[in-house]
Amino acid sequence: MADGRRANLLRTYTSTPHQKKSLHRQTSSPALGLKGHIVSAFHGHVDGKTGSELQVEEDDSSLSHYAVADSPRRRIASIKLVARHPEVYEPCDDSFALVDALVADKGHLLERQPSVCLEVGCGSGYVITSLALLMGGGNGAQYIATDISSIAAQVTRSTLSAHGVEADVIVTNLVTGLEKRLAGSVDVLVFNPPYVPTPEEEVGAAGITAAWAGGDRGRTVIDRMLAIVNSLLSSKGWFYLLTLTANNPGEICSIMKKKGFASRIVIQRSTEEESLHVLKFWREDVKDVGDNGNHSTFSNSLSAKFSRLAFWR
Amino acid sequence: MRLLTHNMLTCNIKGVTKGFPLSIEVQKLETKETDFNPDFLKNIFPKLEWKAFHDAALSVGLNDIPEQVDPVMLEDSEFLQKFHHALLEVHLEEGALICPETGRRFPVSKGVPNMLLHEDEV
Ligand SMILES: C[S@@+](CC[C@H](N)C(=O)[O-])C[C@H]1O[C@@H](n2cnc3c(N)ncnc32)[C@H](O)[C@@H]1O
Repeated sequence: MADGRRANLLRTYTSTPHQKKSLHRQTSSPALGLKGHIVSAFHGHVDGKTGSELQVEEDDSSLSHYAVADSPRRRIASIKLVARHPEVYEPCDDSFALVDALVADKGHLLERQPSVCLEVGCGSGYVITSLALLMGGGNGAQYIATDISSIAAQVTRSTLSAHGVEADVIVTNLVTGLEKRLAGSVDVLVFNPPYVPTPEEEVGAAGITAAWAGGDRGRTVIDRMLAIVNSLLSSKGWFYLLTLTANNPGEICSIMKKKGFASRIVIQRSTEEESLHVLKFWREDVKDVGDNGNHSTFSNSLSAKFSRLAFWR
Repeated sequence: MRLLTHNMLTCNIKGVTKGFPLSIEVQKLETKETDFNPDFLKNIFPKLEWKAFHDAALSVGLNDIPEQVDPVMLEDSEFLQKFHHALLEVHLEEGALICPETGRRFPVSKGVPNMLLHEDEV
C-alpha cells in the first residue's frame, strides 16, 4: 500500500507543467536518445527560475528544440492542441520520452513504410497523433488507437481532429476485438502502459487510477501485453514500449527474447524520481533493415544490458 | 467510426467461433469529407474483408459498392471514389455492432465502439 501511495505522489509530483516542459526540453537531444546517456537535467533547470521565467519558455512552444540532423522539420502533436479531461492522463515525461523515441527513429520508420500502426492505451492521444504527424499522413498508413477508458477515447478523438489527423479509436482492454483481424499485420505497435508499482487491486480501477496503476512491480498490464505482441506484429513489425526501472526492463527484454524478439533501448532518461526507458523490439529472424547496425550489438549483449540496468537503479 | 474500423472488429467473447462480421445497427450517421488518398486505399485493399465491407456499406445505405472486386479496379478512379467514400467518409456516430453468433450488442457512442467484455465473457 505504501508503495502505491508513494508512486501516486511521485506521479503527481512529476506532472506539473513547468517541470514536464523543462525536462522535455533538456533531454530531447537525439544524441542522448541514441547513445543512451543518463540524463539528470531535471533538477538544475527548475532551480533558480521563477515561475514566470519558466512560463516564457512554455509560451515559446515552437518545436525548434528538436534538432535531428536528418530531419530539419519534424512535426509532432502540439501540446496546446492536446485535449484534456481530469480523468485522462495528460502528456507527461513518459509520453514525451516515447514520442522522442519515435522521433529519433523517424528515419527508420519512414523507410519501413508501415501500413498499420497501433497505439494501446492512447490516453490524451498525444502519442498516436504525433506518430501520424511524424509519418506525414499521406503515406497510406492506417492508425488505430485503443484505451480502456471511454473518456480517453473521446479526448484522443478531439486531439486527433485538432491536428487534422485520422485514426480509428476503440474502447477496449488492450486489443480485445481487434486481435483476430489485426493478427500478423501490425507494423508499428506503441504502448505507454500503466507502469507504476501498486497493489494489484488498483489495476484497471475506475477513473484516472487505471492510467498509471501497474500492480506488482508495475508489470501486470505490461505482461498481459507482452503475451500478445507476437501474434499482433507483422514480420517486419516493431514494438515500442515505455518502462520504468522498477518494471525490470532487462527481464522484459529476456521474456521477449524467448519469444524470438531482439531489443534495444531507444531512449533512456532519468528524472529525480523516475528512470524511464523506451525499448524497441523486433523479430530477431528479420534483419532490421534501415537501422544503423547497432542492433545486433544490443541484442547480443543482454547481459551487458542487465548490468547497465542494474547501474541505473 | 468509419466502416474501415468496422472491418477490423470481431466479437471475441469466450467460445464464440463466428464473431465476424458484426452487423451494424444505425441510430445516427455522419458524413465527413476526407482527403482522397489512393495510396491508402491500395494499401488497405488487401487487408479488407470485402464481403463484410460490402454488407456494412449496404447497412449504412450505400449500394454502390460492388459485391465482387478485383485488384484491377483499383486503377479505376470512379471506383476508388466510391470506395473512399464508403470506407472513410461515412461515420457511425451512434448505434451498435452486433455479434452474429450471440447477438451481443457492442455500443457505438460519440463515434467510438466499445468492445469491452464483461467478466463472464472472457
Ligand atoms: C500512462 S497512460 C499513457 C497515455 C498516453 N498514451 C500517453 O503516453 O500520454 C496509460 C493509458 O493506458 C490506458 N490503459 C490502462 N489499462 C489499459 C488496458 N488494459 N487496455 C487499454 N488501455 C489501458 C489508460 O487508460 C491510460 O490512458
